[in-house]
Amino acid sequence: MKVVSPRTVEDALAALASASPNTRILAGGTDLVVEMESGRTRPDLVVDVGRTAGLRWIRATEHGLEMGAGTTCTDLLRSDSAARHADLLVEAAREVGAVQIQNRATIGGNLGTASPAADLTPVLFALAARVRLRSLAGTRELAVEDFVTGYRTTARRPDELIESVSLPLRRDGERRAFRKVGTRRAQSISKVVVALAIGPKHVDARIAAGSVAECTVRLRTVENLVVRGTVRGDRARAHHDLYRGVDAALRIDIRPRDDVRSTADYRHAVLTRMLVRILGELPPT
Amino acid sequence: MRSIFEDADAIELRVRVNGTPHVLRVPPLRRLLDVLREDLGLAGSKEGCGEGECGACTVLVEGEAVLSCLMPACQVADAEVVTIEGPGFERVRAAFLAHGGAQCGICTPGMIVMTRAWIDACTRDGVEPTEDGARTALAGNLCRCTGYGAITAAAVDAAGGASSGVSS
Amino acid sequence: MQGFIGRDIARPDGPAKVGGTAVYVADLVVPDAWIGGTVRSDVARGILRGFDRDPAFDWTRVAFVTAADIPGENVQALIVDDQPVLASANVEHWGEPLALIAAPDHATLEAALAAVKPRIDARTANFDPERSTQVFKAIDIVKGDVDEVLRALPDGARVFEGTYRTDSQEQLYVEPQGCIAWPPDAAGAITVKGSLQCPHYVRKALVRCFGVAPELARVVQMETGGGFGGKEEYPSVVACHAALLARAARRPVKLIYDRHEDLAVTPKRHPGRVTIRAAFAADGTALALDVDVLMDGGAYTTLSPVVLSRGTLHASGPYRWPAARIHGRVVATNHVPYGAFRGFGAPQTCFAVERIFDRAARELDIHPFALRRQNALVPGDTTVTGQVLEHSVGSLQVLEEIARSSAFDRHDWGAARGEIGAKRRGLGLSFFFHGAGFTGSGEDMLKGRVRVDLLPDGRAEVLAGSTEIGQGTNALFTAIASEALGVDPADIVLATPDTARVPDSGPTVASRTCMVVGSVLADACRTLRARVGDAQQPWRERARQFLASGGEGSVTVVYASPVGVRWDEANYRGEAYPVFGWAADVAEVEVDVDTCEVDVLRFWTAVDVGRALQPRLVAGQIEGGSLQAIGWAHREVVTTREGRFEQDRLATCIVPTTLDAPRFHVTLVEIPYPHGPFGAKGVGELPMDGGAPAVLSAIEDALGVHAAHVPATPERLLHLLEPSSPSVHA
Repeated sequence: MKVVSPRTVEDALAALASASPNTRILAGGTDLVVEMESGRTRPDLVVDVGRTAGLRWIRATEHGLEMGAGTTCTDLLRSDSAARHADLLVEAAREVGAVQIQNRATIGGNLGTASPAADLTPVLFALAARVRLRSLAGTRELAVEDFVTGYRTTARRPDELIESVSLPLRRDGERRAFRKVGTRRAQSISKVVVALAIGPKHVDARIAAGSVAECTVRLRTVENLVVRGTVRGDRARAHHDLYRGVDAALRIDIRPRDDVRSTADYRHAVLTRMLVRILGELPPT
Repeated sequence: MRSIFEDADAIELRVRVNGTPHVLRVPPLRRLLDVLREDLGLAGSKEGCGEGECGACTVLVEGEAVLSCLMPACQVADAEVVTIEGPGFERVRAAFLAHGGAQCGICTPGMIVMTRAWIDACTRDGVEPTEDGARTALAGNLCRCTGYGAITAAAVDAAGGASSGVSS
Repeated sequence: MQGFIGRDIARPDGPAKVGGTAVYVADLVVPDAWIGGTVRSDVARGILRGFDRDPAFDWTRVAFVTAADIPGENVQALIVDDQPVLASANVEHWGEPLALIAAPDHATLEAALAAVKPRIDARTANFDPERSTQVFKAIDIVKGDVDEVLRALPDGARVFEGTYRTDSQEQLYVEPQGCIAWPPDAAGAITVKGSLQCPHYVRKALVRCFGVAPELARVVQMETGGGFGGKEEYPSVVACHAALLARAARRPVKLIYDRHEDLAVTPKRHPGRVTIRAAFAADGTALALDVDVLMDGGAYTTLSPVVLSRGTLHASGPYRWPAARIHGRVVATNHVPYGAFRGFGAPQTCFAVERIFDRAARELDIHPFALRRQNALVPGDTTVTGQVLEHSVGSLQVLEEIARSSAFDRHDWGAARGEIGAKRRGLGLSFFFHGAGFTGSGEDMLKGRVRVDLLPDGRAEVLAGSTEIGQGTNALFTAIASEALGVDPADIVLATPDTARVPDSGPTVASRTCMVVGSVLADACRTLRARVGDAQQPWRERARQFLASGGEGSVTVVYASPVGVRWDEANYRGEAYPVFGWAADVAEVEVDVDTCEVDVLRFWTAVDVGRALQPRLVAGQIEGGSLQAIGWAHREVVTTREGRFEQDRLATCIVPTTLDAPRFHVTLVEIPYPHGPFGAKGVGELPMDGGAPAVLSAIEDALGVHAAHVPATPERLLHLLEPSSPSVHA
């Protein structure tokens, strides 16, 4: 095994340019070191970007909020810009591990690992984040849901580095929510995590969930329910219709599994119930 | 699978630990925990899990609390590391003794280091140290002996805050 | 009185612990020591045919040990000799140790472990205790004629039935198991140091495994990072393995489990199934109790018979039953052996009887507090074994105190509540007792002993086999000795538990260290004090004069039952325990009705400890034990698949964090026990018994569902709310 600790992004890209597919990028180490310890990963090359200059910054721009890939959860918690533009992301960052993990875990790492249980990624889905990838060949930008491609897989090529993540400006009247159901109140991997952003008058809806499929997923059928806004009638009836609608939509949108943390049934039922409560409390269109 | 962290060719590591500069030759991914315990003989940081879940190996790197079992040596190059053996813990230690915050003692070094990081953060950010604040700050440090009440009371006491306390 | 009783003294072990200088076994630097590892079974049952060892690996670089290399008996000595140190033919559980390897470093050890494959012919395994054909132990307790009472119930009487299940639980001491062993010296003597509760248990195991005299096996306790029962019997396994490796490698060997291995193979709490039938008169008077207890013992006997014993003896709860029949059995399966964990069988049965009391209260429309108080055992009452309660019976006092602190007696428990938002709160009560010390004649057979020696400088050295595992033995013994000798704590020295030096005080288990060993210690100190005399000079001066004048400065006292043995082991009649601790808990929960997540917000507990010798230590025991109980109640999941624990990482083995812990409100009740030191009795295990029923009672109050399975996970609660949906956990 070889380990390099580039001090600049250019050096990191140079190291990645000739890297084998069995290369891992080390940022905060909160996933990779655990994977290596458990024997699940044995990379040939580790590119340590933990102290690479130019990856750890948060910037508010006229287009929204941009964050270097090396931004930690703690950086988000301490950032006024993040609090203003990305309250949901801050909320999610607070739910990652506990303080020691938050001090090390990065937004790039959370995305790049592409764990189905990632806490930040559903928020990035809901907030329509874009991911900037850079290689010696140049840079490209992807919508976050195009970046995450499957169980612990992404669209990142071996020669690329996640350089930054950007979020569009928050719209007036946009409703946002984040809920994590874990095994306990802290230091917990999610059983279900859900994030949503619903545009004013429900013109659009972005709802994403984690730990209910092989990777973070958009709940597009549920989104359609919201955008169509067809739920009518008296309150109890409306609630019942909404429940049935969300329940049916989730049968299309998610593929939960039984695992050591929870059950498929629980994940489906609880995601339904949380969505019904959140959507049921939306102001009428 | 400890050996995986010893696999790559050694690098020269310059690091300050508790104020003392060291130059070591270590594999780059050698866990900071092993550097401290085995190379520097600082056994106060404990290994409770080796996977970042228990907090017993908590140390300060550049003033931030981190888990030394997840921290490769290459990431502390030229950094300042503070362990339980370092200076500046007197008040927190005294509070833990006074409140019965240490029972079996295995989580105690990590708890005390984390408590200090929390107090430092409260001071830096001008936040009042409360029991709720202590509970949030110490949520990554598992203790199986105390039920935590004595620990959070000790933390608040050490921070100079008013503890709602444990009514015993 | 000196004033060290009832007043907190400094923990002797405190400064080193907060300074990070306390030495645990992993911290011990031993030059030239190798590290050990274990080759384990990857099937739950089979016949071991041998080992395939990769010839490409240079086996001269390591020490390799199999059953054939055991110099003594291949027996893990405990209660029954059914568990081998290393399997030689029959394999009975996943992870069973088959061979051992020692190597100079991790890389070599990992390579060697990867280069050996056991050849096992797999056999069908049984994981269902209901279908087990091997009973480790069966117990029957009979009081009166239950059938007769049930046949002739008075008008309005009701019979309530239920089956209550409790899953296993991991101790999760934060320091994993570990020992370091030195090879036999020229005289054949072996030394083991480790993380352990019971040095003399470990010595007994080494004696059998090595076929040596007790003097040739020395066991030293290192600072121990938590036990909770988990380091009662299992360190004997680690110690024998380390010592075998040291013998083969001819050098010291450190055998320290990493967390994965510790979670995967060490014993946990026995899973239980308790079927209970209880008859009450219309006015709430308890009439008859019929209980059937089944526990899964796992693959070997280990401590299962005594766990079952304590379980059945607590199945009545702290209640007056005119007639009772308790049948219990613990059986073999191909699970990893279950073992000691704080509470030791009692939490499983206390849970069932407390749940039945809640059910009866609801059905009879009697307040759950009133129903419990009405039927509480009081002085002069007779337990199900026929024991007449005489001393230190704080039952009504703890109920009064819990009512005063929590106001539960005025809470409208179980009242139907409409949906108000996404969260609902509830309160729940439990009432329980726990026998202190060994069961029945255990203490008389054990004859625990303590020695106190005057040192040349006049200080008194306490030599006991009892261990400090966090609970505060060192401070407790210092306080008892100071008080009994009439000296300052600085005049007391505590000997390290080292079998070469300290007498066998009995194991550090069963809530007996304070009450039993503490009383022996107090006696020894009083004897010594009487010898030295109560002159005016300072103690050390007097002690030195006493020694100079040829006085005998060493006192050994052996425990003898203060009242004689009144226990019939064959029929389970008589005095099951010297005395009981009594307690009541009230839990306040908040339940998210969407997710069924439960938070325990506040937790009141009132506990009769006889006398709180060191109040801070007592509170620490109560709060820590209560949180373990709360964790078990709703969060701590242990499941198996094909005999393998699924929670084999700390990321999946969930215990409470600071944010999961309630605010505790502890009330100590002191009804002195005349035969305990300064009135004290046991407290260590007691708080483990009440948490689960209190939390599930509070969940019932909040959600209106009667959960009957611990832990009451969100998955299980959701299933109770939505019975139509299938539940995998159920």
